[in-house]
Amino acid sequence: MDEEVKLLGSWLSPMSRRVEVGLKLKGVSFEFSDLDVFFSKPPELLQYNPVHKKIPVLIHHGKPIAESLIILEYIDETWADSGIRLLPKDPYERAMARFWAKFFDDKCSLPLAMSCWTEGDKQQQILADCKLNLTTMEGALKGKKFFGGDEIGIVDIIVFCSVYWTEIAQEVVGVNVINEEKHPILCKWMKETVDSNVLKDYMPPREKLFCHIQTYKDAIAALMAVRFGSN
Amino acid sequence: MATKQDVKVLGWSASPFVARVRIALNLKGIEYEFLNEDLGRKSDLLLKSNPVYKKVPVLIHGEKPVCESLLIVQYIDEVWAASGLPILPADAYDRAVARFWAAYIDDKLPNQAPVLLGEADEPTKAEATQHMFAALQQLEEVFEKCSEGKSFFGGNTIGYVDITLGSYLGWMKAMEKIAGIKLLDEEKIPQLVKWAERFCSSDAVKEVIPQVDQFVEFSKVLQAAFKAAASPSN
Repeated sequence: MDEEVKLLGSWLSPMSRRVEVGLKLKGVSFEFSDLDVFFSKPPELLQYNPVHKKIPVLIHHGKPIAESLIILEYIDETWADSGIRLLPKDPYERAMARFWAKFFDDKCSLPLAMSCWTEGDKQQQILADCKLNLTTMEGALKGKKFFGGDEIGIVDIIVFCSVYWTEIAQEVVGVNVINEEKHPILCKWMKETVDSNVLKDYMPPREKLFCHIQTYKDAIAALMAVRFGSN
Repeated sequence: MATKQDVKVLGWSASPFVARVRIALNLKGIEYEFLNEDLGRKSDLLLKSNPVYKKVPVLIHGEKPVCESLLIVQYIDEVWAASGLPILPADAYDRAVARFWAAYIDDKLPNQAPVLLGEADEPTKAEATQHMFAALQQLEEVFEKCSEGKSFFGGNTIGYVDITLGSYLGWMKAMEKIAGIKLLDEEKIPQLVKWAERFCSSDAVKEVIPQVDQFVEFSKVLQAAFKAAASPSN
């Protein structure tokens, strides 16, 4: 079964990384197809995700699944007995995990990315949104060690990937989005997560990502403006 | 066994998102108390139960609130798995496909509502209508593939994608009347038109979605709600 798992993704994408992390935490071996999606839409991507033409796409037994949160739930259900639970067993706790995953994706994920790639008034507005929405996310931690409770879960994975990427991008562009003063609870969670488990080992090497973002920062800013600038 | 007092739904009757929750509860045969929210003035219970979004629907099950319509439908399916018929498919891949199309529907359809249920100039309406057609055309193909000749996206019985799309049928019929367009066009989307009739006439649905004229009356309330939702102060 494992030989038939393929992930279409990109080492540069935190969305793709979420799925890699999910597979690794479940001990699923897979073939990773690192696509250049920056400048083009490769044919494989158009074939397996014709609707949205985006990575990540998981292909299992030749059948594609798109959208990172949907893929992570699929992984959790398909390899239910392996590795950690990505979602809680209790239906109410599952609903809460899905709620916070959706909130993060709807309200935090894009502003966090855009905060590094906008300027002036628009950037100020986005930074204000980030502050508000990350503070709301901190409410989800509610005295817990992780978003998932005593163990990491789906929300920890997706937030960790975004924060890891944002911290590096903010260093490149000289913007301070996430710091202890603004988000003490989130920073404490980040430190706890880094210290206590393997998530950091599944991230791309810091220097490699930093160098890439620094080298291509103008192109990234232009691409983000085109893709999301009208929002 | 849930008693009526255990399960409450906060909502208002013209909301497709609220309709989803009620349809799901009906499919499971679960009794509930419906608490009608006044859009102009949100109740303390709503603000307490959904402090993040302050929006309906909210399902309150034994004091615990669950928010976001599709998450509530999944919760209902999981909590009352032994009641009624399953809403999401049994197979993990089919579930992923159902979730994908539900997300697609919510990505494409609601954005057109403020224009097509409200007042907008002709070019704006034409553009919104095009977006609706394109999505419905895509969903006609999806229906053909998912239903495998059966009555619903979910097969023989109403499922997750049926609920997600079907809950918009009231708005779509109202859009046709208010904007003077034809969306449920037998020539362009014949299978969906027949599906819509089956969906709306099913027991779990027929009391939930109001008649078109009621939507037209509601449209002024909806317009105000859309404006309020779009304003930064929310």
